[in-house]
Amino acid sequence: MFIPLFLPELTLAVTAIVVILLDLFLKQKLVLAVVSIAGLLVAAGMTLGMWSSSLPPALIFFNTLAVDSFALFFKLLFLIIAALVILASADYVAKFRRFQGEYYALVLLSALGMMLMAATSELISIYLALELTSISLYVLVGFLKDPKSTEASLKYLLLGAVASAVLLFGMALVFGFTGQTQLGEIAGAIQGMSLAGVLSSPGLIAGMVLMVAGFGFKIAAVPFHMWVPDVYEGAPTPITAYLSVASKAAGFAVILRVFYSAFGLPTWLSLDWGMLFAILAAVGMTVGNIIALPQTNIKRMLGYSSIAQAGYLMVGLATVGFASAGDIAGRSGLLFFLASYALTNLGAFIAIIAISNKLNSDLIADYSGMAKRAPVLALALTLCLISLIGMPPAAGFMAKFYIFSGAVQNGLLWLVIIAVINSVISAYYYLRVVKVMWTGKPASRSKVPSSMALRVALAVSCLGVLALGLVPGFVMKLAEMAAQMFAF
Amino acid sequence: MDFNYLTTIIFLPALGAVIIAFIPGLSNRVIKWLSALFTLVPLALSVYLFAIFDRSSGAIQFEEKLSWIPAINAHYHLGVDGISLPLVILMALLGFLVVLISWKIDLRPREYFAWLLLLETSILGVFCSLDLLLFFLFWEIEVIPMYFLISIWGTGRKEYSAIKYVIYTLFGSAFMLAGILSLYFATGSLSMVDIAQGGMAMVQSVMPAAAIFWLLIIGFAVKLPVFPLHTWLPDAHTDAPTAVSVVLAGALLKMGGYGMIRVCVSIFPQVAQQFALILIVLAVVNVLYGAAITMRQTDLKRLIAYSSVSHMGYVLLGIFALGQVSLVGATMQMFSHGIITGLLFAMAGLVMHNSKERDLRKLGGLARQMPVIAVVFSVAGLASLGLPTTSGFAAEFLVFVGSFTSAAVAGIKLWTILGVLGIVITAGYILWMLQRVFYNSPQDKFNKVKDADFLERVYMFVFVAVIMGVGIYPAILTDVIQAGVMPVMGLLGG
Repeated sequence: MFIPLFLPELTLAVTAIVVILLDLFLKQKLVLAVVSIAGLLVAAGMTLGMWSSSLPPALIFFNTLAVDSFALFFKLLFLIIAALVILASADYVAKFRRFQGEYYALVLLSALGMMLMAATSELISIYLALELTSISLYVLVGFLKDPKSTEASLKYLLLGAVASAVLLFGMALVFGFTGQTQLGEIAGAIQGMSLAGVLSSPGLIAGMVLMVAGFGFKIAAVPFHMWVPDVYEGAPTPITAYLSVASKAAGFAVILRVFYSAFGLPTWLSLDWGMLFAILAAVGMTVGNIIALPQTNIKRMLGYSSIAQAGYLMVGLATVGFASAGDIAGRSGLLFFLASYALTNLGAFIAIIAISNKLNSDLIADYSGMAKRAPVLALALTLCLISLIGMPPAAGFMAKFYIFSGAVQNGLLWLVIIAVINSVISAYYYLRVVKVMWTGKPASRSKVPSSMALRVALAVSCLGVLALGLVPGFVMKLAEMAAQMFAF
Repeated sequence: MDFNYLTTIIFLPALGAVIIAFIPGLSNRVIKWLSALFTLVPLALSVYLFAIFDRSSGAIQFEEKLSWIPAINAHYHLGVDGISLPLVILMALLGFLVVLISWKIDLRPREYFAWLLLLETSILGVFCSLDLLLFFLFWEIEVIPMYFLISIWGTGRKEYSAIKYVIYTLFGSAFMLAGILSLYFATGSLSMVDIAQGGMAMVQSVMPAAAIFWLLIIGFAVKLPVFPLHTWLPDAHTDAPTAVSVVLAGALLKMGGYGMIRVCVSIFPQVAQQFALILIVLAVVNVLYGAAITMRQTDLKRLIAYSSVSHMGYVLLGIFALGQVSLVGATMQMFSHGIITGLLFAMAGLVMHNSKERDLRKLGGLARQMPVIAVVFSVAGLASLGLPTTSGFAAEFLVFVGSFTSAAVAGIKLWTILGVLGIVITAGYILWMLQRVFYNSPQDKFNKVKDADFLERVYMFVFVAVIMGVGIYPAILTDVIQAGVMPVMGLLGG
């Protein structure tokens, strides 16, 4: 009876297996990409169908899995991201001699893990979903098999394992003090305690903080960001893109659900973790932006930039902590920011993939004169960088406006001022790339070609960035709906 | 109102930019003609609006309002009143003239004209927006074309100047964004009109209105620019291509003054009164310090750039004297300075282009080789120092009379008198500059230097005609501005 509500996930799992099996028999590996994308689109269609049929939010599989518009919003986001990443990988993967099928299958499986992350409402299932995502990604990061990629993979694996352990420990503490693993029941248990009871059990607070640390690794929050630059630099570029948007969004989805559902009340508790996230946000964006300034490798630069963007996103989390439970401003702002950030960063990485296919280099200096060699790619990358700064007409502007307006409404003006000043700092390094592309002398006269798949992926993300920047009403509406409907 | 005049005026240049940028194979000639066409039509339309503008009404006219982002109550809300309409015309006029000024550009003309047209759209948008989010959107978009125009087509330390410009502007608008967000939170509305008419009580009940006022002022002060936030201006001007300097001095700086009237004074009249004296002192510093520094300049463009700092001081003085006449004067000064300094930069550009020299110590005696430019440059210079029968006189006279007689600020008379001293220094540096460029003994190295050609004479004539026209019959503008200032005075309780 739960199967219809679980169809998108099942479709994805089946597609992944089909891709692996097809890989055994097929010579023409491009078919695998087509099959993967078809599977993703079918799953996306089902998700949309479930959303538009406006079912009441439900908990399935013994209250471990929520089917609410919050989860559906994220599922749709992950499916779109995965489809764009596969589209952007089609050329890139052709470089590999072996394991092309596994590559696509792993992307699909990690997408499946992320979809589950957004939906699970029980600590153990959350952990399982997280591991499904992470293990697929550990392998994908090492796919290039050169020293850098291998090092990145190992680093990611080791640090990720530590983070998982910390997370599990935190979950264990929370379980120990509440006796529950289901989020709604944890919330009930905490609200049932007296204030003195909660205060006399520091283990609960410690558990919460450890969970923040564990999830903080996923979203690349300072000080759990050490893996980011190396992994971003070493991983295959499409996987870097994937990590920087999907994995981060999944992390935020889990944090939002856990903290809002389980620790949302009483108010002093949510103010506590709200303040924790506000501080992490302020530190994260400042550290990310300042270290990004001197970077010379564009993938590393975007790595630090994604740490800073996680900081802006945590402004939304802080807002959720400070807002009253019925106020959706923080949550919807966060969702909209994630959608716009996903499109923007994907667009930037797709342009980088196209350029590095030709240059075989990720050094910013080698982008010199790119506006002459590949005007469309340069324009697209410029648009995405402008969006990352948070300037109109791109999506980043609306996203920042929306998320910051929620923060101001909940008394976080000081954090918003730190954030907007950080945007100014970030303009310096983003515009450095723009400057090199448009005013530098081209190193050679040869054009930079791009395949059809890349062009489609780039067009989709850039049009998305423009649409979210100029007519964001529709997606904001979706984000608001998603922020309202919680089942826990 | 069936025809959406303002939308058409704002977005025609952007449409032109898209056409120029994305249709392959256009020849340079076609690109230039297209740019001229896509800026001439908005100019014609804005002049038409000026003609049919109802001068007896202080209301917003030619209004367009559509729901834009329901989630945050933002509207696509355009409209002009007597304060913004002259600035719209100013930008439309300069937008067309800078295409003519840029006619000799042959470095990457496709991109150049696309950015130039986009720049026009964004500035026009700022002057027409009545929704704070829309206003801020256009305000920020303007930075991008400016960055490219300075860093690609500029001279000297162009990349440094471009990034300096961007960082300063973004720094200012960061505070402005915080101000807009606080305002939105306090009133639940993004409409400038609604907030000005009814938001004050709510504003004060939530957080100090003064804090929001200052957040917003910082954003506008960077753009105007107000001492000590002005240091981006000389660099940007000096290194920008001529046409961009014209737009920058002519229209872009006015965004700051306009924002102060439209947002700071209209929404926070009491706060403005409270802090007027501080801003007036800054204005006088702007005037005197700007003028003093101008005297010391040896680079032709840098000199004119610093003179803008000084002249924008008059705008600030007029605005925060908070008198009816002074506000009219400030708006008038924005228009007049836009035309005069636009012409000054265009002439400086011609001198530099034709003589290949920009150092005042090496220039000299050029009146012999370029008599037409010499005469027009002199007219512009005299207008700049406020000679009667030029628009500069009408504007500055109104600012001084209005400020001197304003009852809103204590001790204003002293500060106004100090400000008037700026005129004397202005006369000094303008006449000295003209003398050094044109009237010393002729130099042999400039013997082959050419005078203005036909196209250049055309746009010179337009500039001079507007300067003299407004100077001789200022009522053509003051009528309209008066209509726009009345409601502001109503808010100020005067």
